[in-house]
Amino acid sequence: MADLVKHADEIKVVSRRFGKGATNIDKYIELDGYKAARKALTMTPDAIINEVKTSNLRGRGGAGFPTGMKWAFVPKESAKPKYILVNGDESEPGTCKDRLILEHDPHSVIEGVIIAGLAVGAQKGYIYIRGEYRYLLTIMQKAIDDAYAKGFLGDNIFGSGKKFDAYWHTGAGAYEVGEESALMESLEGKRGVPRIRPPFPAVVGLWGGPTVINNVETLASVPHIILDGGQKFADYGPPKNGGTRLFCLSGHVNKPGVYELPLGYPMKKLIYEVGGGIPNGKKLKAVVPGGSSTYLLTAPEAEAINLDFDSFAKTGGFLGSGGVVVCDEDTCMVKFALRIMKFYQHESCGWCIPCREGTDWLKKTLIRFHAGAGVKKDIDNINYLAQNMLGRTFCPLGDAAAIPTMSIVQKWRQEFEDHLDGKPCPYENKGSIPEPAFA
Amino acid sequence: MFSEQLSKKFDKMVTNYPTKRSALVPMLLFAQDEVGHLSDEVIANIAKRVELTDLEVRNVISYYSLLHTKPMGKYHVQVCTNISCLLRGGEEVFEHCKQKLGIGHKQTQASGLFSLEEVECLGACSWAPAVQVNYDFHENLTPERMDKVLEQYAKK
Amino acid sequence: MADTPQLVTITVDGKQIKAPAGTLLIDACKNAGIEIPSFCYYPGLSLQAACRMCVVRIEKMPKLQTACTVPITEGMVVTNDSDEVRQARKATVQILLGNHPLDCPVCDAGGECELQDMTFTYGAAESQYMETKQHKDEQQWSPVVYFDRPRCILCYRCVRVCGEVMDVWALGIQNRGVSSVIAPNKGDHLECEECGACIDICPVGALTSGTYRYKTRPWEMNHTATVCTHCGDGCKTTLGVRRSDTGTEIVRGDNRDKSGINGDFLCIKGRYAFDFQQHPDRLKMPLVRKNGKLAYATWDEAFDLIGRRFKEVRDSQGGAAIGVIGSTRTTNEENYLLQKFARKALGTNNIDHHRTADYPAFAAAVAGKPELTASLHHVEKSPAILLLGGDPTEQHPLLAERIRTNIRLHGGKLFIVNDEEIKLRRQSKSYAHIPQGAYAKFFEFLSGTDSAADQLTTAGTKKDQLLAMRELLRKEDDLLIILSADIRGKDIATIVKLGQSHKKVRFMMLGDYANSRGAADMGLYPDLLPGYTPVANAGAFSEYGANLPKSAGLDTAAMVEAGRSGKLGALYIVGANPFARYNVQPGQTAKTFVVVQDMFLTETASMADVVLPSNNAYEKAGSFTNTYGDLQLLKKAADFAGSKSDFELIVRIADRIGFELADLVPFGKGVRADMGQSRGAQSGEADRHEIWLIANKYEPKMSPLDPSAIFDEIQRLVPGYDVSRLNLFSGNSVHSHATGKGTGAQQNPELIWPANDTLFTSGTLGRYSNTLNSVMEKYTGETSEVMAD
Ligand SMILES: Cc1cc2nc3c(=O)[nH]c(=O)nc-3n(C[C@H](O)[C@H](O)[C@H](O)COP(=O)(O)O)c2cc1C
Ligand code: SF4
Ligand code: FES
Repeated sequence: MADLVKHADEIKVVSRRFGKGATNIDKYIELDGYKAARKALTMTPDAIINEVKTSNLRGRGGAGFPTGMKWAFVPKESAKPKYILVNGDESEPGTCKDRLILEHDPHSVIEGVIIAGLAVGAQKGYIYIRGEYRYLLTIMQKAIDDAYAKGFLGDNIFGSGKKFDAYWHTGAGAYEVGEESALMESLEGKRGVPRIRPPFPAVVGLWGGPTVINNVETLASVPHIILDGGQKFADYGPPKNGGTRLFCLSGHVNKPGVYELPLGYPMKKLIYEVGGGIPNGKKLKAVVPGGSSTYLLTAPEAEAINLDFDSFAKTGGFLGSGGVVVCDEDTCMVKFALRIMKFYQHESCGWCIPCREGTDWLKKTLIRFHAGAGVKKDIDNINYLAQNMLGRTFCPLGDAAAIPTMSIVQKWRQEFEDHLDGKPCPYENKGSIPEPAFA
Repeated sequence: MFSEQLSKKFDKMVTNYPTKRSALVPMLLFAQDEVGHLSDEVIANIAKRVELTDLEVRNVISYYSLLHTKPMGKYHVQVCTNISCLLRGGEEVFEHCKQKLGIGHKQTQASGLFSLEEVECLGACSWAPAVQVNYDFHENLTPERMDKVLEQYAKK
Repeated sequence: MADTPQLVTITVDGKQIKAPAGTLLIDACKNAGIEIPSFCYYPGLSLQAACRMCVVRIEKMPKLQTACTVPITEGMVVTNDSDEVRQARKATVQILLGNHPLDCPVCDAGGECELQDMTFTYGAAESQYMETKQHKDEQQWSPVVYFDRPRCILCYRCVRVCGEVMDVWALGIQNRGVSSVIAPNKGDHLECEECGACIDICPVGALTSGTYRYKTRPWEMNHTATVCTHCGDGCKTTLGVRRSDTGTEIVRGDNRDKSGINGDFLCIKGRYAFDFQQHPDRLKMPLVRKNGKLAYATWDEAFDLIGRRFKEVRDSQGGAAIGVIGSTRTTNEENYLLQKFARKALGTNNIDHHRTADYPAFAAAVAGKPELTASLHHVEKSPAILLLGGDPTEQHPLLAERIRTNIRLHGGKLFIVNDEEIKLRRQSKSYAHIPQGAYAKFFEFLSGTDSAADQLTTAGTKKDQLLAMRELLRKEDDLLIILSADIRGKDIATIVKLGQSHKKVRFMMLGDYANSRGAADMGLYPDLLPGYTPVANAGAFSEYGANLPKSAGLDTAAMVEAGRSGKLGALYIVGANPFARYNVQPGQTAKTFVVVQDMFLTETASMADVVLPSNNAYEKAGSFTNTYGDLQLLKKAADFAGSKSDFELIVRIADRIGFELADLVPFGKGVRADMGQSRGAQSGEADRHEIWLIANKYEPKMSPLDPSAIFDEIQRLVPGYDVSRLNLFSGNSVHSHATGKGTGAQQNPELIWPANDTLFTSGTLGRYSNTLNSVMEKYTGETSEVMAD
């Protein structure tokens, strides 16, 4: 369905089986599938967790939390059943990678879930897929059925005497449901309103039981880590930033696409080499480094940074979800801020005041402002509002709305000034974007 | 109310979780796919299946953007204009659809054939701009390609 | 009970405070007098952390934290008052006000709005917001509930109180984000118990009450805390009153200060059904039958006639030719006075009232063991409750709420044995559906007679279920047993006796009407003096004098019958409607001189020879005893021109038959009375009584019209009523202990007629409440046709 791309710098780990027909379980097995699960069955839970810790795998959902550590938080003993929950809600603007994994390599996710289950002592896993990805349910249903048929799932997995059941689940259109506690609410058949934390899901999660929640890509990395050893995975990236990542390159680049690159890869190379540079020879203006919830980078910032968690943390930013959106010099940053805010306003669950009212207020102000009816004090007011949402909301969605807004107002303030006094937007309609070049 | 096949599916789904209501969101989506929209009767039926009040089911429905209590067009055209699509002409595609279909955001043609909606990120950013018609993705669109897509459905 | 919790010390703004470990920071601060603002936090409801007003800085935590969700731990260091914290709260109010209609001058909540207060505190007055605000027309969700959507700040208090506290779940949240809206099913009408808790709990003017909205401003009302006059639970209700053409009008009922036994709970009746007070049909002048028709008369004319006729009948035919029927909604003082008047001044034991439960049997069963009786206060924390019969949700809404709260917040276990599938079973740990009226059988089974189980099974309840329930029940060593009015006579004795096999056990008895228990306690029985003292053995009541009749009088049924047959010379009916219940037809009592005191021309009143317009409980002072024996003070909230309190009416009649008032009401002794209480400060009559007292050479102390003058005597003579006066007078409920001397009142179960009121009916009174009628109409399409009291 979605086109695949290639680049020489790619290290294909998670995307190893893309385009190879691995939705077929036999093909998957032929391509080393389910070996890791078999191997994990011979390991102790602690050994599995240690291997993941060694790999320096950090969550691919956006927050970058060390996966091994997350698993280790799950209490060994629990009166209530434990669960693995796969976050395939993928709705962060700019992000379109989990979809490819589920489409091309569904068994790697199932295998990752089984291994996570063995590591924490869970016997059930739920794979939550966003409602728009309906075609993936068919693929996933088949994959699960095939795995049961082979005895990889069920009451006696791989003949080990152990039990594990996996299910798919679908959302129905809600970005906020990607937030882990809202995800659990949604899976429990409720409105996607996040939960108060603590308690954290690792202790009290789905139906009150300890729950590990991981992104699709995170879990799809796990079989490779178990099979090839954590060290090998860790070595792909810089220290503490193990492995490779699927970067979803989009926007003003000649070769948009999803590329698997080692963590620490330079952003500059991603845009200009892997992505083939900016169309029509235009200059770079801004980069959204990891989905719309991250601080935007100016061209100099983007050209200087490496794509790993710690490089971003050093600048006070976030690597985010892997969605790299490139904006050329003719992009109107006010419009861009407006479109981002429109998204958060639409997706706010409405639970808390700063997020619900703040996103609406910002959206309306930005619409008016972009339409040329802004006044000077709006600029500071936009920044003020965003600043007062940051860190004050019930869940990180409020932060996610505040962060890009603040960075745009602060870094491209001049563009706001340019919209004052009823002037028409100085950036609109400047040339078309050529056809993307897929490999 | 539902086809036998869907009814059976529902009976199975409620057993997939420790609580019946956990199956609610998928059930609503599948029911909508079959019936067209979530009518009062559908709501009452599903509420019973998952042992909730109608109100509780409505609370859930109204939260999710894919769920509708009013009929939509036979083909629901959902145009993404979020950032990646915006940068590559998503708004133009949306404007074009408006013109072509003669309807606006969240409107349905009198014939009931098409309805239109400007939607948030569809997860097709690297293949922007993207449109979903019902559940089918159409990517790397231009107004011209959009015409072809619409034609294809109109002919069906 | 739980172990004493461990205290921890935390520091808030440099001040050390102590509270039990695990207390929420917001509560710990509040208890120490440090105010943390909040919209969504509400004690006892689930946590939301949605409004973000309660943010504080806690040392070693990265962001500001919500005080409503953080349990305190030893050594926690908190900053509640700093520029950062104030700024955060200010910004939240500003953001909230962005879309809030600033229509405070016309908003019902103006002056008592938490958002207004917060805006004032945090100085978020100037608006940065230029966009048009969302507008939505106001909706009417029910006869009593209106919703103004733009004013709603989404604190979810209404949703929670409706679901968690009331177990009704009529409100939900529709849509998401800024389109989120509180809505009932299908968005436009409520399917609920109409308790109005949602309105009361709303911090702003989003939910408003059909009975109060746009009538007045909060500061234009007088607020008086008194006791609801509808059911036997006795909720405290604070009435908001303002002047009206007819005196004063009650416009609002609530209990926001949570000062009563009911906390902030009220059902529809307590909250809205005060409108009978202003009903156009209220009697405003005495009526006297002339030429077969009731016609207006002056008070003097009416009193003269009554005095003359009562005296005539008494002196010519003896007291036994006079009957007296009292009320279940008049005060203890009035009931006590009425029986004293009947026995002492009229010389008759023909006195009764509409009995709704077998209190005499209960009093006898728990005699001498006050520790066996439970106050309503016991319900919330009893570890185990056994409910035998009854439907508290409908008939004892407060009791039902207390039971639910116990289960929700204190983990109590509820066992239900009922011959109907009552709603409370949703909260029960174990529920037995037994055949009609088989309660005593159940106790037989409980005490070990296994064979009894065979007569207890129903389609819904099998024998092994009963056995399992018995097993569980036996393990409870601290049990509260609630007996419905269907359990009477020796069954009560059996149950109370068997119940005592538990290490600790308490009992309560359910009866209808606001002061049924008081009527029973005050001796409105033909064979029982106050405190269930047999007439044959008057004990302390011997001080009434040697002429006190010694043999039992006629009960209500017999009095009505004697009235029909003309055997009764006079019948004096105070606040009751027996002719409706006993189906008396006009003309049937022509030979009996019938005097009725009532607010309305009821069936009974319309057949009377004299009708005296009387006040209701909201227009007088005195005390009520709820069905659990909890005594509470009634304060006069309103006035109604042209009517008088039953107390005053009885006294004036006594005066006209020439009875020495000081022998009836021990006035002129004790403290100087607050005469304003009996006559109303506004009317200025208090002063006139003082003048009257002085003119008649009485000390200007207690007036004979002042019910508190007789309260001393009640406390002195009525067993179980020697309660703490200080506690009572400071507005608390105090528990009285029923204690019977021997067997109960005449054993005639047929005389006990539970009211079987529902949430939306209230005996005869309900007929005159437009609110109750409009709600009834909404649900049934008919107005309430109810049993008479
Ligand atoms: C508003 C919001 C939306 C999110 N959406 C997603 C999502 O679509 N997919 C995802 O994997 N994680 C998402 N997350 C992150 C999850 O909360 C969570 O951190 C993640 O699923 C954990 O998995 P990981 O540790 O494997 O990354 C979102 C977080 C927030 C606050
Ligand atoms: S529960 Fe009873 S006492 Fe309380 S408000 Fe309702 S009717 Fe009045
Ligand atoms: S009171 Fe704490 S967030 Fe509302």
